[in-house]
Amino acid sequence: MAHILAFERPVVELITRVRELRELASEDDRFGSELKRLEDKAARLAREVFAKLSPMQKVQLSRHPNRPYTNDYISRLFEDFVELHGDRRFAEDGALVAGVGRYHGRSVVVVGHQKGRTSKEQKLRNFGMPNPEGYRKAIRMYELAERFNLPIFTFVDTMGAYPGLGAEERGQSEAIGASIEVMSRMTVPIITTVIGEGGSGGALALGVANRVLVLEFSYYSVITPEGCAAILWKSAERAPDAAARLRITAPHLLEFGIADQIVEEPPGGAHQDHDDAAKRLDRALYAALTDLSDLSRDGLREDRYQRFRKLGAFVA
Amino acid sequence: MTPRPAAPKLPGIVSCAPRPHVGGSCRRPLLAFEITVALPERTPAQSTSTEKRSVGQGLFRKCTGCGVVNTVEDLSSRFYVCPTCGHHHPMASSDWRKLVLDDGALERWDEHILPSDPLEFEDGKRYVDRISRAQAMTGATEAVEIGRARLSGIPIAYGAYNFAFMGGSMGSVVGERITRLFERATSDRLPVVLLHASGGARMQEGILSLMQMAKTMSALGRFRSVRKPYISVLLHPTTGGVAASTAFLGDVNVVEPNATIGFAGPRVIESTINAKLPAGFQRSEFLLDHGMVDTIAPRSEMKQRLYQLLSLLSGEAT
Repeated sequence: MAHILAFERPVVELITRVRELRELASEDDRFGSELKRLEDKAARLAREVFAKLSPMQKVQLSRHPNRPYTNDYISRLFEDFVELHGDRRFAEDGALVAGVGRYHGRSVVVVGHQKGRTSKEQKLRNFGMPNPEGYRKAIRMYELAERFNLPIFTFVDTMGAYPGLGAEERGQSEAIGASIEVMSRMTVPIITTVIGEGGSGGALALGVANRVLVLEFSYYSVITPEGCAAILWKSAERAPDAAARLRITAPHLLEFGIADQIVEEPPGGAHQDHDDAAKRLDRALYAALTDLSDLSRDGLREDRYQRFRKLGAFVA
Repeated sequence: MTPRPAAPKLPGIVSCAPRPHVGGSCRRPLLAFEITVALPERTPAQSTSTEKRSVGQGLFRKCTGCGVVNTVEDLSSRFYVCPTCGHHHPMASSDWRKLVLDDGALERWDEHILPSDPLEFEDGKRYVDRISRAQAMTGATEAVEIGRARLSGIPIAYGAYNFAFMGGSMGSVVGERITRLFERATSDRLPVVLLHASGGARMQEGILSLMQMAKTMSALGRFRSVRKPYISVLLHPTTGGVAASTAFLGDVNVVEPNATIGFAGPRVIESTINAKLPAGFQRSEFLLDHGMVDTIAPRSEMKQRLYQLLSLLSGEAT
């Protein structure tokens, strides 16, 4: 079940030992000091190893099969969550989950891409790649939030919108474009977190927010590294090269103003401790929501407009 | 008060020849030039050598639709529509200006917005060199031109992608210009006509290109409040991030015949579904059948159709 990437092996081994010791320490205090020592060491080693990761290795982490997905965060961050289904036009899309819940006592709307872990789940979730119905469900949710004045939290985790025959027939382009436009004119707070993969337009359709947070080992890109390599060098094997040149990791996103904040992950990555990852994200989300609470409804729309208005690099 | 355009002249009937690349004969003869109307008068001298180069060199060109050989002069005078089969060949943005705008005149906006290289991108060739080459080849500063113009007397804010410029890809400059197009149209209360022909977001500017989708759509969203029509014209080809932003969200979407328009490229879809795509997939007729566009307008009727729509949506009495 545990999936380990080659470069994370030393870190994972240490984290596993910490975990074992933690269990022992819970029964016998004598292990307490040893536990503290080992915890510190593991954290330090993890930071050291992960600080040197290549962009492609970070991409691999963002796709880690054990990485927390939207539903893992929903269950930890929101109370009374009720999932809402369907686009009222054609179908329910499992690649995108949505619903209403309570965040620190306040009613909110939640929308996020959802990947699957087992092969059965992956099929149901279509590997987190929505069809137009997914985006139309998202639009329904944004409009629901607008009507009842509820903040919106979105979680981005997709390789991209599904490039399928049916998706084209049913207007994938229109669905994504409409989702972007609808988000841009909402007058409620919108906070987006890139929790894993931020793959192109399929990601941006959930990303027109007042605040955009990115997890430390997530990426956000105009095209997947594999797709870029295939176009530039006709070879997906040069994906690591593309990943480096596209500048898609969290520090670059902060530098370009794409992200407002990087949310640090637990030692060894979010997949090592879902609870801790959710706790860290919770703090950032709460701060972002509080930060937006002074803005009027029109002010929120204006804030979002200006946020995206300044993105780009040109000579004038 | 806007003058009505002169009634179109009918030079005669052109029969509909098979178009082998869509796998069969024309199913919609009316849409494929069964009846042609007069195209605006133009002389060969009007087209520059740059334009010709961008659509193929030499004095003769073989029609990609039916294989008949025409002189470039003849094709150019017909706005690159094959006289035999009605196939629409790609056309430079300077030709679109002549086809659609009164006197082909555009008062350009924001030509001073020019590309930079935020990622210092290089893939065997430097991005800055690619830009210089595209500029030299097309004579354009970037992949979109915007400005104020008149269409059959109606003042409009006009934009047109130039596919010859790095595949009409949308980087920061294109995003900024399109955004300014909608912002200016909002403040000047002008209708917008935007011609799309683009492979999508420009890879060489990475994530900043992607963000242009959000920027342009936000500006379009704001433009809606002045209740002026936004007519999106979809030309061959329009895909990716441009298809997934302004292209399909016109108040009315007009597409030229037999254009390829879609989100994902055909090769990507084929490798995803592991099967060959059906003939005509993502073509104009396919889009019409699936409810994604309002109308197909051949070049011979494009200006008239745009005029009708602008006039009707503005609620003008005639």
